[in-house]
Amino acid sequence: MNKRRNRNGVTDGFNYKMKVWLSQHNQAFQDSLGQLQRNLAGNLFSIAVIGISLALPAGFYLLLDNAQKVMENWDGTIQIALYLHPEVSDERADTIKQELSGHALIEQVTLITKDQALQEYKQFSGFGDALDALEENPLPSMLLLQPRTEVITTEQGEALLEELGKLPEVETAQFDRQWVKRLIVILHILKRAVVILSTFLSVAVLLIIGNTIRLSITNKRHEIAINKLFGATNAFIQRPFLYSGLIYGIAGSALAWMLLILSTAIMKDPVNQLATLYNSEFRLSGLNAFELLILIVIGGGLGLFGSWIAVGRHIRDTEPT
Amino acid sequence: MIQFTEVYKAYPSGKEALRRINLFIEQGAMVFITGRSGAGKTTMLRLIGLIERHSRGQIIVNSQNLERVTGNRIALFRRSIGFMFQDHRLLNDRTVFDNVALPMVVAGHSYQETRKRVHAALDKVGLLAQEKSFPLALSGGEQQRVGIARAVVHRPAILLADEPTGNLDPALSWESMKLFEQFNQIGVTVVIASHDLEMIRKLKKSIVTLKSGKLLTAGGEAEE
Ligand SMILES: Nc1ncnc2c1ncn2[C@@H]1O[C@H](COP(=O)(O)OP(=O)(O)OP(=O)(O)O)[C@@H](O)[C@H]1O
Ligand SMILES: [Mg+2]
Repeated sequence: MNKRRNRNGVTDGFNYKMKVWLSQHNQAFQDSLGQLQRNLAGNLFSIAVIGISLALPAGFYLLLDNAQKVMENWDGTIQIALYLHPEVSDERADTIKQELSGHALIEQVTLITKDQALQEYKQFSGFGDALDALEENPLPSMLLLQPRTEVITTEQGEALLEELGKLPEVETAQFDRQWVKRLIVILHILKRAVVILSTFLSVAVLLIIGNTIRLSITNKRHEIAINKLFGATNAFIQRPFLYSGLIYGIAGSALAWMLLILSTAIMKDPVNQLATLYNSEFRLSGLNAFELLILIVIGGGLGLFGSWIAVGRHIRDTEPT
Repeated sequence: MIQFTEVYKAYPSGKEALRRINLFIEQGAMVFITGRSGAGKTTMLRLIGLIERHSRGQIIVNSQNLERVTGNRIALFRRSIGFMFQDHRLLNDRTVFDNVALPMVVAGHSYQETRKRVHAALDKVGLLAQEKSFPLALSGGEQQRVGIARAVVHRPAILLADEPTGNLDPALSWESMKLFEQFNQIGVTVVIASHDLEMIRKLKKSIVTLKSGKLLTAGGEAEE
């Protein structure tokens, strides 16, 4: 290989360029740290605002994530209960059961006959003796259907319910755990709300960072002009500001993370208590490593983008006189 | 080498600051630009350093047609020039060392190289001991010498100085001129805008006189 050595004894070519590049970035990074230090109070304020803006959507995300885990851990699936007319015989009910078993949207069908229903009721209600006094069994037969999971929350579920309700033998058809189904739908709505909220707050973070950077550019007009006068390129002048934006974003993410840890710590005990009451294995969880990484990438990305927007225009416009 | 051919400069306000300037300054020359206040001296230096753009005509500096120097090439072009101002334009929150190092740093020189050159430049202007001071802790004359060190630290081909002696007493002015002369002797083209006719006459250098934006004389003796 034919490598020359320059005055500093560094090999020319790729390595040398890499070294220059690294040292320029290192210097820009140091510069931006210096800037941060010089106006510490103001910068901490910005970072706090950014942190809270990021903590809000991240917190909602955590809440939904936990709620979803609760739903997933729900023992017992959502069922459709078909209450048949009292005059429908057990044999007829069994035929209906066979028919519905072949339905595309239904996974499983269980028949609870009048007698079974009465037995169960006697056992659990404590009214056993009182019921013995009745001449006739007042309870109807019932079919418990387990629809496919993907059907439950969609229009298909409603259509299925309506279809079943129209069967002549059926008195009423209803989702067994109506509120669980409602909760799932509400979760869907909230998820969208979180997306919207995140978008708004991201724009807010962009504006905050952009404005902070714009201010520090304005404060350094004189210095920028002199740098340009002696041959600094726009890229050279922009670099420390871009690093500042990146640092704001990442510091904001870190703060948001700490706020989340604090919030989960506060919520943990009562939530776990509640779960125990319901015999649930559920435990409140915070962000995992991957989610934390995403939070930092989003924060850093917003910081970089926000400062990039501010820097492009304002530094180009600052010329020596 | 600096060459003006039929150069006009009108500011956005409509004010014609320079009119039909033809001028040739050789590489390695030392030239004074004189003229009354408002004659266009500063404007001329601004055009050479690409701080302002001329309106018509052609300016060639170091074989580069300034019209074609745009975008990032402006930055590269300015690295071949050293600027000095009457108001010094130092960064008051940076040390003397950092102020003088600025032209080296923006050009991406290594720290070792930068330190070597900054120390040499500060030594030249007699301020090596004050490298860690801040500009506001220095006298006017010392600040001006920091400005001189900064203007030459990157070994520019051209040194542009606008009223460099404006605020100095005669003795200090003379010292600064001697410094400029030394830089000129090692090949730097020096262009100085100044009112100080008395001192200019003593130095016996080429003189360019402007009057209301027009060139009166080039190369001769100073005249009122
Ligand atoms: N930015 C500007 N916009 C409009 N007019 C300007 C601008 N700068 C200078 N001028 C005008 O151009 C003319 C020349 O100005 P210039 O600063 O070049 O003069 P000068 O010879 O340096 O004067 P002085 O000795 O007072 O520094 C003046 O009439 C001035 O008013
Ligand atoms: Mg002037």
